[in-house]
Amino acid sequence: MISPILFWCVAFLTVVPALSLLFAKKAVHIAMAIVAVMVGLAVAYVALDAPFLGVVQIVVYTGAVMMLFLFVLMLVGVDQREEMKETLVGQRWIALFGAGGLVALLISVIADVTMEPAEDMTSGEPDAVAGLLFTDYVVIMEILGALLITAAVGALVLTHMPRLAPRRTQKEQQRDRVLAGANPVNKPMPGVYARHNALDVPALDPEGKPIEDSVSRVLEIRHQMDTATSYRADLNDPSKRVSDKPEHEATAETDSEKGEDK
Amino acid sequence: MSPIAFVYLATVLFGIGAAAVLTRRNAIIAFMGVELMLNAANLALVAFSRIHGEIDGQVMAFFVMVVAAAEVVVGLAIIIAVFRARQSISLDEPAELKG
Amino acid sequence: MLDLTWLLIAVPLASAFVLILAGKRADAWGHWMGVAASATAFVVGFGAFLQMLGLDAESREHAVHLFTWISGGELTVDAGLLVDPLSISFVLLVTFVGTLIHIYSVAYMEHDPRRRIFFAYLNLFVASMLLLVLADSYLLLFVGWEGVGLASYLLIGFWNHKPEYATAANKAFIVNRIGDIGLIIAMGLLFANFGTLSFDEIFAEVGSVDTAQLTAIGLALLVAATGKSAQFPLQSWLGDAMAGPTPVSALIHAATMVTAGVYLIVRSGDIFALTETARVVVAAVGAITLIMGAIIGMAKDDIKKALAASTMSQIGYMMLAAGLGPIGYAFAIFHLVTHGFFKAGMFLGAGSVMHAMNDSVDMRRYGALRTAMVVTWVTFGLGWLAILGVPPFSGFWSKDKIIEAAFVGEGWQPWVFGLAALIGAGLTAFYMSRLFFMTFHGKARWTDDAHPHESPWLMTGPMIVLSVGSALLGWFLASGDRFTTWLEPVTGHAEEHDPVLAVPVIMTLTLLLVAVGVVVAWLKYGRADVPEEAPAPSLGVLVASNDFYQDSFNRAVLQRPGTHLTRTLVYADAAVVDGAVNGTGVGLLKLGEFLRKFQSGQVRRYSALILIAVAALIAGVVLGVL
Repeated sequence: MISPILFWCVAFLTVVPALSLLFAKKAVHIAMAIVAVMVGLAVAYVALDAPFLGVVQIVVYTGAVMMLFLFVLMLVGVDQREEMKETLVGQRWIALFGAGGLVALLISVIADVTMEPAEDMTSGEPDAVAGLLFTDYVVIMEILGALLITAAVGALVLTHMPRLAPRRTQKEQQRDRVLAGANPVNKPMPGVYARHNALDVPALDPEGKPIEDSVSRVLEIRHQMDTATSYRADLNDPSKRVSDKPEHEATAETDSEKGEDK
Repeated sequence: MSPIAFVYLATVLFGIGAAAVLTRRNAIIAFMGVELMLNAANLALVAFSRIHGEIDGQVMAFFVMVVAAAEVVVGLAIIIAVFRARQSISLDEPAELKG
Repeated sequence: MLDLTWLLIAVPLASAFVLILAGKRADAWGHWMGVAASATAFVVGFGAFLQMLGLDAESREHAVHLFTWISGGELTVDAGLLVDPLSISFVLLVTFVGTLIHIYSVAYMEHDPRRRIFFAYLNLFVASMLLLVLADSYLLLFVGWEGVGLASYLLIGFWNHKPEYATAANKAFIVNRIGDIGLIIAMGLLFANFGTLSFDEIFAEVGSVDTAQLTAIGLALLVAATGKSAQFPLQSWLGDAMAGPTPVSALIHAATMVTAGVYLIVRSGDIFALTETARVVVAAVGAITLIMGAIIGMAKDDIKKALAASTMSQIGYMMLAAGLGPIGYAFAIFHLVTHGFFKAGMFLGAGSVMHAMNDSVDMRRYGALRTAMVVTWVTFGLGWLAILGVPPFSGFWSKDKIIEAAFVGEGWQPWVFGLAALIGAGLTAFYMSRLFFMTFHGKARWTDDAHPHESPWLMTGPMIVLSVGSALLGWFLASGDRFTTWLEPVTGHAEEHDPVLAVPVIMTLTLLLVAVGVVVAWLKYGRADVPEEAPAPSLGVLVASNDFYQDSFNRAVLQRPGTHLTRTLVYADAAVVDGAVNGTGVGLLKLGEFLRKFQSGQVRRYSALILIAVAALIAGVVLGVL
């Protein structure tokens, strides 16, 4: 028979995580707790001579269903917290009364009957279950296949976001842009200044004024933009002059200048 | 220990699931309550299968799992559609059916 | 030509439809098309008449089968036409007078924007009337009967923008419905007794049916006739029917439609021949109406209403004659034809006068019109002499024959009916002379804006033709008993009976009374001044000018209890039937209001309800309640 230790372990493994459904605040925590419940149930199935069902329980529930729940939780915002305060008047009492009453009713009914378990039992090995599935229940099996496909299509339809307006072509986008008064050609590249081509420096127009648009907006927002003026100042400052020559030559030159100063 | 114990366990789990459905406002959590109720029923089926010594009950439980899987897929799709429409998955908000 | 008689009905009917459906584009020529349709009908009718003249008296009855109309079990009705001397006489009267009045209307309605519609209605009337007289079964006759009723209704209410005119049209329609119910009952009785509604078959078997049944049929037919012919007690609509344009009054409410009742009685002569009771009632109704109409006519100042009262009275004569049996049938139809001519002529004359006097109908504001309207005066005068029964004008030949026939018989009847007819002649002389003198003689009492002038030739032409007929037709038809011989195949040969008074005595008495009536009228309304405003009426005048308070009587005795009855029923309907229905509704509503509270829109409440319900079900099963 079934060992009481196993039963109590299973009971503890299922009821305690299941209670999180009522008391936990974060949906993710609950989902993880339910995974534990599912595993516990799988153990129970195996203990009840249903090894195939136990494996299916693990694969379908912990592997597929609960992961799907988690995905959806991620999609709608994983850190959604629920206020535990009840908004419907008396709903909690109704729930307590309803669920508790139902449990009490069922337990009383079950306690009322005496059922001797069968002495021997064909274990629910995959081949035994398959034998039934593909003989006595084959029609239901086929119908369920159709149901699954329908459900999959249904989910696709429900989550599909229909395009409300026709796709805008590049031609249309460009035309709208020009009509709105934008510059018809590309923006100037940044840093096109005689001796410098850094991305964070605006380009200069022919009059020598910086063209702010040429720098990426992101840099501007982050205040990482440099100005041409500072570079000009650097140019005028020989100490900071950057040489056009290759690195080693430049170093040599500097050295020689220093030498001259001295 | 008789398998009937698992039926009691199933009853308790069913009650917890039902209470969750009635009390939780988050649609996903309520939905998980529904799943727990289904699994409680499955447990009862398997337990009775053991008591009767037939594996037909297991096949029934298997069918329930398949239907539950289909139901989860559609249910979650509905939740997503509702979330897209109103940026919320609270069960209390869609009260358009109020008479 | 006899087989083409269906054209008589088809042509005016098609014309009516074209005129209505063609819309405004037919405004320019529509009235002439109406005239042409009516004239075509006359030509066809005249052709049929000529062909019939060429036949033997015995073979002058010609049946034209059109199509099987109703074929259902025991009742099979063929739509067919019966062309015999009686119907062809009517055809000639209707189409001839009708065509003249069509022509007259072209001028009379010239300024009316809806003249085209008017002609459509007139054509519809002509078609219906011809269907009525040509039908070979009571059912087809009923179709025409209703058709003329409809046309009459439409034409009385032609100027329906005036509420009282529309009311008059409704009144005519509703009173006629009572008569129609009589006809329907008669048809039901006929079918129950004979299993058919065709004239031929009914008259062939009429001897084999119980007299009481025949009496019932005859009385039901009389009800129909009183409704259509404005006889007592259903006469009240005719005076108000004068709301219609004058040509309508001339054609429908004087010459043709109102005589349909007489036609019905004469046509059913074979039935009445076997039921003495019904015949006496017919004669009594005729006698009452002829006296009553004459008295009403004496008190009316409205020229058209006076003529309408006269029409009632004259049709009373015809009814009286029809009630006398075979001896009177021919004279009834004879008087009907001559009356159709002179009364239509006088109505057209009245229309001409109204035309000249700004549509005023008050005779007290007429006077001395003979100089202004010579043609109207002369034509009206001929009609006046004709209705008076002055020899040798038409009325003399027809009316005196009726008076003589009324004196024929045994017991009290010849005395009562004969004296009624005799007195009626005197009264007729008085009120027609009063009308004539007030209108054409005496001093001018015109309103200031009245400028009398003769009417255009389109109006005077028909009046002249009709006045010639008024003058000569009677003599022409009476000489050598032409008309009575002509009608003999239908009315049957009447044995000559001597009246209770000698014929010369009756004739002398009649002429004497007429002379007295004319002289009194001349003294009072010709020579003496007529006050422009009606003087305070004596009791008799008051009663007569209010149509013997028939309207008030109807209102008090029929309408008011009817109203109360319907009100009670409406109240009962509202309180009991509607109460139950509405109570159910309100109850369900309350129930819904209560149940609505459970429909909070809260999903969790719903699921709680489901859970509790499931738990309750389980508990029920466990406890053995369910």
